[in-house]
Amino acid sequence: MDYTLLFVQMLNGLQLGLLLFLVASGLTLVFGILDFVNLAHGSIYMLGAFICASLTFVLGNFLWAVLVALPLTGLVGYAVELLMARRLYDKDHLDHVLGTYGLVLVLDTLAHIIWGPAGITVPLPAWLDGQVELFEGAVIPVFRLLIIATGLAVAGGLFWLVNYTRLGMLIRAGASNRTMVSALGINIQTLFALVFALGAMLAGLAGMLISPITGASIGMGGQIIITAFVVIIIGGIGSMKGAFIAAVIIGLIDTLGRSFLDKLFMLFMNENAAETAAPAVSAMMIYILMAIILAVKPQGLFPPKVR
Amino acid sequence: MKNMTKTGWITLLGMAALAVLPPYFLLNGHAFYMDLATRLVILGIAAVSLNLLLGYGGLISFGHAAFIGLGAYAVGIPSYHATWGGFDLIASYNGMLHLVLAIGVSALFALITGAISLRTKGVYFLMITMAFGQMAFFLFQALDVYNGDDGLTIDVRSELPFVNLDSPMQLYGLSYVSLAVAMLLVKTIVNSRFGMVLQGAKDNNERMVTLGYNTYFYRLTAYVISGMMCGYAGFLLGNFTTFISPDMMHWTRSGELMFMVILGGSSTALGPILGSSVFILLEEVLSSFTIFWHLPFGLMLIGLVLFVRGGLMRLFKGRGE
Repeated sequence: MDYTLLFVQMLNGLQLGLLLFLVASGLTLVFGILDFVNLAHGSIYMLGAFICASLTFVLGNFLWAVLVALPLTGLVGYAVELLMARRLYDKDHLDHVLGTYGLVLVLDTLAHIIWGPAGITVPLPAWLDGQVELFEGAVIPVFRLLIIATGLAVAGGLFWLVNYTRLGMLIRAGASNRTMVSALGINIQTLFALVFALGAMLAGLAGMLISPITGASIGMGGQIIITAFVVIIIGGIGSMKGAFIAAVIIGLIDTLGRSFLDKLFMLFMNENAAETAAPAVSAMMIYILMAIILAVKPQGLFPPKVR
Repeated sequence: MKNMTKTGWITLLGMAALAVLPPYFLLNGHAFYMDLATRLVILGIAAVSLNLLLGYGGLISFGHAAFIGLGAYAVGIPSYHATWGGFDLIASYNGMLHLVLAIGVSALFALITGAISLRTKGVYFLMITMAFGQMAFFLFQALDVYNGDDGLTIDVRSELPFVNLDSPMQLYGLSYVSLAVAMLLVKTIVNSRFGMVLQGAKDNNERMVTLGYNTYFYRLTAYVISGMMCGYAGFLLGNFTTFISPDMMHWTRSGELMFMVILGGSSTALGPILGSSVFILLEEVLSSFTIFWHLPFGLMLIGLVLFVRGGLMRLFKGRGE
């Protein structure tokens, strides 16, 4: 066993997990407090990547671009809430799904019209573009470390926001009893819009962070939204803690599966069969994990207490 | 016939039009309309199967495109091996084998994923079926043997007794009869005791459970039946397009199927067909104007959700229906 490779891949898995958490946290926040299913969350992730890519070329610096793009994606989320989501809260989940599916088509096509079909690669400033050697043989790109650090910081910040601030208190109260919160004189409309914008900013941030690695592309939103769904299903829909733990688990399992499953299979299969089976199984692994967890706990690892 | 309702007559009229018009167009040299109608009828079968779950069972399955894909690959994979060798067990052009595989594999997939998904309800069910559908998509994307993402061309169509699928007319005939059978089947199921329990569980699951019905079992059975019907539609679609790719299983395809059912009007007999007709026409007309046809289509979808209730069939309903 190559432990250095294992360590590097675990860091990669952690990085993927934290990005997933950024997307899933917005999704679970919006669902927990608004009872709203948002398929277009992935498209906001995509918009974050594209907006950041364009701004990088305009402003000449990736970090400035992120700082400007963040409030912009928040604004997109606010607009989506104001123009569409707000009118759907009272309808059933089927309407949420159909309406936001329509929004996915609209946003993806708009991105196609504005930025073209090919996608954009985002250049990094020189000091972020290098690599560091953590110890003998373990070489990690600096930027991946930055993603991990940002992800952990945001997770900590969210934890603080939800548990120790007035806004967080309102969010938790709104999640358990909406009617009561508004009866106590809280402007629930504003709170909802804030939560929605916050969720959009988190998803947008994830898109911005991934854009220097994979580039910004049209299909990226549709891909991540399903994985984010798997994350919040496993974690328990509405649970922030569950989303964090499930995201890290999924990130690790997906990354480690893709890099080590073929070697594992070769222990009891011939090389040819292992090389065919390993990619197929590793593509399904997170879904199999989801199936197993749901078979044991149908409400996910940390089911919400109310509802 | 005396007891026919207004929607009943419209259903009959719609089906009669589908029986007569496309062959008429083909015989007059408009093969394009025949192609359109074939796709419509095949997607109609899939939409009818989804309607059994969504409309009558209240189960929002967002992974139905996976069954279409499984059915289509059940034609593609044996046909591929019959041409290029390997996998002797299933390598064959025999249509009956393809059919058994398409329906059998769909049933198995539905049984396994349904058994897990149905332990949950509401949004959980929706997201889990979506995730399982996407699992099938990624599985076939990862199978390099069958060209992964690039898809598989079916060189030889399924060989069936009595029907030659290479003839557009006969393929349409088979699809049309299949659609009629599928509609009758769903109608029979819905009006049976089984269907009553299914609809009862949609309205109030606790009540049905209290009455002593194991609604989980009823729902799972409905899920498997629906999956098998949809897999059959995939079998037809594979033979129609002769090109299959994982893209057929993508969750956006499942979204389109759901759109058809809701647009036409769920829990009505003709609704899914009406929905798939409108979808196919929209796709044709809009995409002839612009390659960005998803933009107006998406806007229409949003408008549909925000302003129209109950789907198009509601417009036709007589009083008191």
